Order: sequence, then structure tokens, then C-alpha cells
Amino acid sequence: MSEASQGQRPAPQDFERALAAASSAQASFEEEHLSPIKRTQRFLHAYPTVVPFVVLLLGLLLGVTVNFDRFATGSNLSTVLTQVTIIGILGIAQTLVILTAGIDLSVGVIMVISSVVMGRLGVLDGVPVIIAFPLGLLCGVACGYLNGTLVTRLQMPPFIVTLGTLSIIGSLNTFYSQSETIREQDIEAQAPFLQLMGIPFEIGGARIILGSFLLIVLAVIVWYVLNRTAYGRHIYATGDDPEAARLAGINTDHILLSVYVLAGLISAIAGWALIGRIGAISPTAGENANLDSITAVVIGGTSLFGGRGSIVGTLIGALIVGVFRSAVSLAGLDVLWQEFAIGVLIIVAVALDQWIRRVSK
Amino acid sequence: MSKKLAILSSVAAAALALALTSAPASAGDIVGLITKTNTNPFFVKMKEGFEAKAKELGLTPQAYAGKADGDNDGQVAAIEALMAAGAKGILLVPSDSTAIVPTVEKARKAGILVITLDTPLDPITAADANFATDNFKAGLLIGQWAKGTLGDKATSAKIATLDLSPNEPTVDYLRHNGFLTGFGIPVKDPKHYAMSDSAQIVGSDVTLGSDEGGRQAMEKILQKAPEITVVYAINEPAADGGYAALKAAGKEKGVVVVAVDGGCFGVKAVKSGVIGATSQQYPLLMASKGVEAVAEFIKTGKKPESIDTGEQLVTDHPVPGVPSITTDEGMKLCWG
Repeated sequence: MSEASQGQRPAPQDFERALAAASSAQASFEEEHLSPIKRTQRFLHAYPTVVPFVVLLLGLLLGVTVNFDRFATGSNLSTVLTQVTIIGILGIAQTLVILTAGIDLSVGVIMVISSVVMGRLGVLDGVPVIIAFPLGLLCGVACGYLNGTLVTRLQMPPFIVTLGTLSIIGSLNTFYSQSETIREQDIEAQAPFLQLMGIPFEIGGARIILGSFLLIVLAVIVWYVLNRTAYGRHIYATGDDPEAARLAGINTDHILLSVYVLAGLISAIAGWALIGRIGAISPTAGENANLDSITAVVIGGTSLFGGRGSIVGTLIGALIVGVFRSAVSLAGLDVLWQEFAIGVLIIVAVALDQWIRRVSK
Repeated sequence: MSKKLAILSSVAAAALALALTSAPASAGDIVGLITKTNTNPFFVKMKEGFEAKAKELGLTPQAYAGKADGDNDGQVAAIEALMAAGAKGILLVPSDSTAIVPTVEKARKAGILVITLDTPLDPITAADANFATDNFKAGLLIGQWAKGTLGDKATSAKIATLDLSPNEPTVDYLRHNGFLTGFGIPVKDPKHYAMSDSAQIVGSDVTLGSDEGGRQAMEKILQKAPEITVVYAINEPAADGGYAALKAAGKEKGVVVVAVDGGCFGVKAVKSGVIGATSQQYPLLMASKGVEAVAEFIKTGKKPESIDTGEQLVTDHPVPGVPSITTDEGMKLCWG
């Protein structure tokens, strides 16, 4: 046992002779030979954002292949960026929720009702925009608070809660807006601040709207919160293993409530950006935004089971959706093939995520 | 593990192959068509006419559609995609005639000719031209026919309206108010409609222009107002669904159903008596005239004037004073 006795080992006694044939090497680990696939799996487990990044590159390659003159132009790429701005902002909200192993099916309607509140108050009722705008944001916060309270106080699964609030908030939206579209000229006359996010910047051939910069700023802020603050760590912990988080002293109820409230606020900000993007305020907008935001998050590598994922991944996911849609459209294919491609991407993304999780096997 | 990699690579290869084999015919300039949906036969026919005429004139057609009637986002994305592809002209059937205006203006500022088909924008001058049925007149004809058919029972008739969508686009209120005006009921607000316009309107609901929408709307109306004498429907699929609901409730006897569209399916419904009269539209004409106008614009830069592509009343029981054609003639001109 100890090295001191190495040199002067006493002669083996009778019962120890059986040990003579045994190996006398020190304890050692078995050298596991990793196949390249296993090595890739472990690499991806450590750096999960690599997969969506590679898919984005593949998408760009595809786009350049199908329509060389038109795809890689500044104007087309900036159009793609403009189109994914709204989904990107909603995706940030959705990422926060999905990181806690929840899901928010109501981000789209929260976005629309907030924009309608800002619009009706600021444009039709003549309320000064300095009051109308925060009230719209407050509307988003209130909806998020409703979601969070139902999830934490009543212990209901987020899918069910947000499925219900989707319908509730949706009908309140229809009621309050009277299904009226607020015209662009009226907004311009009464409350041009609401269209701020649509102001374009011409850089070369590219036309980037202010909303895209808002998306980047929001992404940086949320990335910082998630990766460099204790609060962010707590979010990951709550999603990964709520029991362990609770036992470690994290108030998971507070974390969950705050995440839904934040998601509501960010969705309201998306509503503001939507007004800038479309120009008018349409109460029937954003019908597909709920599912599109989940698509961006999932394709971006965030796990639906919580605890794994990043904002960068979501941004890349949103860009992937936009790039593939643009590539399919510039290839002259029917619009239905866009949806087909997005569907295939989703399944591949989730299958990959499942595979990466199983690293220990 | 390798199975998953195999699937991944085959999907990527398939996508690449699909893309490479369908590289766009770099034939002519691109002309775009954006309809409301791909499921309403009216728009399917319009798309077919559009593609045929474009190929005939040496242009490259690209067709888009929203996901459902009322999907403005999808149409915004389509206009942007066409702008990115370098289209020279866009033919648009707007789902939300107000919300799409800023995006249309962006396209026009980029030098693209934008013509609305079937449904005008609000304001109508937001597009370069409008090739459409005079929707008000289409409603007027069926309203006058319904009044003439009912005779002195018209003033006591109970009307159910099957409308298009809650945001009341131009095509919706124009046909509805045209019908009321033709029927002899004064309209309070020319740009909106409501049940309060007249006590004779006992039920009103939206159908999104589809068969199942018409059926559901009619069922809801029947719950409140079991006795109906006249049904106005925004289009023939909605009328068909509405009639099916009436029949299921055993209330279809003696009900006068009118609609707008004039598709072959609808004209057959008029022949069989399900629909009393319909105003026929000409979507193929809208599409082909639109493509011709874009071709002219590309060649000479001349912008077209708005065209009324025509609306004719199709019925087998004409009413004196209201011009109409028979269903046989309607079948010759019908689409779909």
C-alpha cells in the first residue's frame, strides 16, 4: 500500500501467494477510444451554437447557389434581416421562457395587443405618445404577469396556461381594436414616434431599419443578463433542474414569474418594432408569430427541455428561417416549399439537440 | 449516430438538388402575383391565367399567397421578396386594404408598377391602377334581383348576411352595401356595415370566404334567428356552406340565396336552384389584363388606367328591369 514498503516487501505469506498472478499496476482509467462521431458529439455538447451557425452557412451557400445575382446582394440580405427582426425580438422573449423549460404560446398576441394599445391611445384617442407608449409596454408586462402568476401560483403547465391566455388576450385584442386597421398616414400625423423603428438606414445597397439595431441591442442586453449575472445563472438552473435549484436556495417561483413578465415586456417592444416595420397597425397581424418565434428558438439550438441554449443561437435561428425562405423564394419555387423546408429544419434541429444531450452514452 | 448523420446529409443534398434543378428561367422580366390565399378557387384560376399570359408574353411569373384570407404579414413578405427578386410589376389582391398601403408605397417608390386586382386599396389611389369588378355594382345587381323576386314580400323579408372578415376590407363593404342599396335599404355608412343598418337584417357573421366558414356562420345566425327569407353571401363557397346549414336545419325551403363570383361551380349552383342569382366576375380577365399592363409598362413606361373588368347577373329567373344572362351563357363564361 504505501511506497515505503516497496523496497522491503516481506515474503508473501501462504494466503498471499494467490495474489502473485494479479496485476500490480496502479489504479488506472480505461482509455476510451472515441470515434470521430463521438468526438463531434462532445464538442457540440460544449459549444451548442456551432450547429445553427453551420446550418446558417449552409443556408447562405444554398441561396448563393440558386440565385447568384440576387441573393448575395446587400439589398436582399438587408431585406432578410428586416423580415426576421420581429421574429428575432419575439425569439428573445421566447428563449427566456424556454430556458426555464416552459413555453409561451401567447407572445404573438401580446405583441399585437400592445401595438394596438399604443396605436389606439396615441393616434385615435389623441393621448400624447409619451403616455401611450409606456402604457402599451405596460400592457405587455400585465399579460406576462398573468402568464407568470398562473404558472407559479396555480402550478399549471406553461403550455396550457399560454394556450388559454393566447385565446383570452386574442379576443381582448379583437374587442379593443374593433378589428380596425389604423392607417399609416394617421400614425404619421399623430404619433410618429410609434413608427420610429421603421426608419431605414441606407448603407451601400443595403437598407437596414432601426428595428434591426433594436434587435441587436436587446440581444446584447439579454445575453449579458443570461451569461454574466447571477440572475441569468438562476434562470438556467431553474430550467435545468427546478428541484435542485430550489434546494440550492434559488426562489424558482420568482424566477419563473420574472421570466414571463420579461417575455411580455419584450413582446410589447416587438409590437413597437412591428408598427415601424409594417407602417400601419393591423389587429390581425402576428397570427403566425407565435409559432415562428418557437421555430427560431428551436432551430437555434435551445432545448425545449430547458437549461440549455443561448440568445446567439436564437438570433442565428431567426436568420436561418429568413435565409431559407429567401433562398426558396429566389429559386422561383412555390411558397409552399418554404414551409416544407422550415418544417424539415425544425425536425432536424430537435433531433440533433436530442443527440447532443446524450453525450454520456 | 451515423443514421442521423446520413439523414442530415441526405436532406441537405435533397434541398440542394431541388434548388439546382429548378433554377429560375432567366427568360424575361419578373412579374409577381400576390393573392389572398391559394385555396379559394377564384384565386387558383387567377393564378393559372396569370401564369399562362406571362409565359405568352415572355415574362417570368412568380406567384405568392397569404396563408389565409386576412393574412397581411404574408403579403408584406411577398412584396419584399418580389422587390428583392427584381420584379418589374406586381399584381396584388390585398387581404387588408389599409395595412398593406405603406408596403405598396415602398414598392412603387422603387419603380415597380403595382396594380390591384379584385379588391381596391383604401385609398384606391395607393396603387397605380385597379383592375376589378365594380364590387358595389355586383352587390347592387343581386340586391335588385332579390327585391324583384320577392316582390311585395321584400319589405317584410328577414335578411341574413354572410360577410367576409372582421376587418371589413373594401370588397366586403362594397358588395354588402351594394346589395342593401339594390334591395332598397338605405346604408348608413358607405365604408362599414352593421346589423343596426336595418331591422330587416336579423343575422350577420363573417365567413372568411370559405365553405366551412359559411356553414358555421349560418349555424350561428340560425340559433338567434330561426326564420330567414333572404341570404346574401360574399361569395359562392360561403353561400354554399350557408345553404348546407339551412338544409341541415330543414329551413332551406323558399329561402332566396344570392352571392357574387360566377365560378363554374357557382353557376351550377344557380342552375340547380341552391343559389338564386349570382354576379359573375372575370378573374382570368383581371389577371391577363394585369400582365399585359405590366408588359406595356416594361416596354414603354406607360402606366395603365383602372379597368372595370365587368360584372353580369347570372340567373334563370330574370327580373324585369335588371339585366341578366342565363346560366347556360354563364357556364360559357365561367371560370374554374
